[in-house]
Amino acid sequence: MDIFVQQLFNGIILGSIYALIALGYTMVYGILGLINFAHGEVVMIGAMVTITLLRILVEMNTGLPAAALVALAITTALPLCALLGFTLERVAYRPLRNAPRLSPLITAIGLSIILQNLAMIIWGRNYAPFPPILDTTPWKILGAAITPLQVVIVILAVAIMAGLWLLIGRTRKGRAMRAVAQNPNAARLMGVNVDGIISLTFVLGSSLGCIAGVMVAANYGQAHATMGFMLGLKAFAAAVLGGIGNLAGAMIGGLLLGLIESFGAGYIGDLTGGFLGSQYQDVFAFLVLILVLVFRPSGLMGERVAERA
Amino acid sequence: MSMLVVNDLAVSYGNINAVQGVSFRVEPGELVALIGANGAGKSSTLNCLAGLLPAKRGDVQLQGQSLNRVPAHDRVAHGMALVPEGRGIFSRLTVLENLQMGAYRRDDKSVVRQELTQVFEMFPRLQERRDQLAGTLSGGEQQMVAIGRALMTKPQLLLLDEPSMGLAPLLVEQIFATVATVAKSGVAILLVEQNAQLALQLSQRAYVMENGRITLEGDSAGLLQDVRVRQAYLGE
Repeated sequence: MDIFVQQLFNGIILGSIYALIALGYTMVYGILGLINFAHGEVVMIGAMVTITLLRILVEMNTGLPAAALVALAITTALPLCALLGFTLERVAYRPLRNAPRLSPLITAIGLSIILQNLAMIIWGRNYAPFPPILDTTPWKILGAAITPLQVVIVILAVAIMAGLWLLIGRTRKGRAMRAVAQNPNAARLMGVNVDGIISLTFVLGSSLGCIAGVMVAANYGQAHATMGFMLGLKAFAAAVLGGIGNLAGAMIGGLLLGLIESFGAGYIGDLTGGFLGSQYQDVFAFLVLILVLVFRPSGLMGERVAERA
Repeated sequence: MSMLVVNDLAVSYGNINAVQGVSFRVEPGELVALIGANGAGKSSTLNCLAGLLPAKRGDVQLQGQSLNRVPAHDRVAHGMALVPEGRGIFSRLTVLENLQMGAYRRDDKSVVRQELTQVFEMFPRLQERRDQLAGTLSGGEQQMVAIGRALMTKPQLLLLDEPSMGLAPLLVEQIFATVATVAKSGVAILLVEQNAQLALQLSQRAYVMENGRITLEGDSAGLLQDVRVRQAYLGE
């Protein structure tokens, strides 16, 4: 029972982070039909920049509480990541808007490799430790451990997703984003600057990714130049699981994938009589990806409304 | 001043010259028809006027202002709206959201609210279905959404591309009655239609397009009696 509750907590924490990253994939896909494989690297850069800034802030001995320091670091990293997302679209994807679909896909993979290597040049090949300023004394709930940081991660992720949901569902700009995703030319006829909306999509997705990156780094206590690769792939799997292009799908897919992974890792040892251990955790995301692609390629939420002529 | 003056407009897709130098005009409050066979270049002309297709050469002026360098999304703000062929509705937005998209560039909220009421008065069906996804509507209802949405941009010139396409005769009558109402309210209309009979009955003046060129023009009443028009487009 203790293990069950513990894995449930772990799954929710992991899942809410995956969901934030998956939203970045799904928003861009929804509007451009493009899998932005460089998105994982934006997540990584968000984490790395925040850690760098935090170290500087800690050395300055400002006397500010830890939470304020983290908030300060994020508010600097966030616009940087947003700018990075904006620039990637502007420089790498926009010129290929009318090219065959394979071209932007290959470009995305190329960008991902470039950014990873750039990060290694800037931050080195070693793990960057997250300054140990946050309280990591766990609370015991139903026999399972959860740290205050983890509670904050889940609450923040849920709040951000709720905010995004309202932005896209209720505001004029959000409506324009949905309109552009469905019919860019008709949106133009309504006076929507389609390029502007696409930029906005990248800025939003990258901002969510940045925060997710900081969450990962804070939760595991470290970050690395290559962390975005696996995180990105898993979040992509989550987006596909939920139905790529679908906002609610990305949220649910992310949460589900987190749960599948953590329960999988927690019980795989018992199920295989100790033959396979929790180091196989990463297998589950891709197992899910393959199963979804085989049995329900449109994903859980990917149902299309019938479109009559 | 004329509402719309088009001078020697040409449009091509690669090597195919869809529109080969057409000139025409629409006066304020006028309903002008552009008729012709399938592939004559009517839709290309309208799409170019709306900025969706680049002009190869020529000049487009709306109320004396050149639109040549104005991108598609800013032409709405100049008072021109296109109801595109095939309607182009946002199928996974609700009817209300589709109409709200028409007012995307407008900040006069209270006026917009009034006009939304007017659109719903014009199309009571849409009022009943305001919260339904537009993709689930019938073809006629979707055409109402498309026209209503264009009206929400508060156009001075409305470009209509084949509003009767794919609709049952009863619905065609209803849509054309609506077009007449809109015209009476003072909005200038350029109507592209394959149904030449209806278009000529409704309009004051008309242009006939063939192979990317305008071959005939004049009063609609006169064109209705013209032997060439009757033979080519009215099935005599």
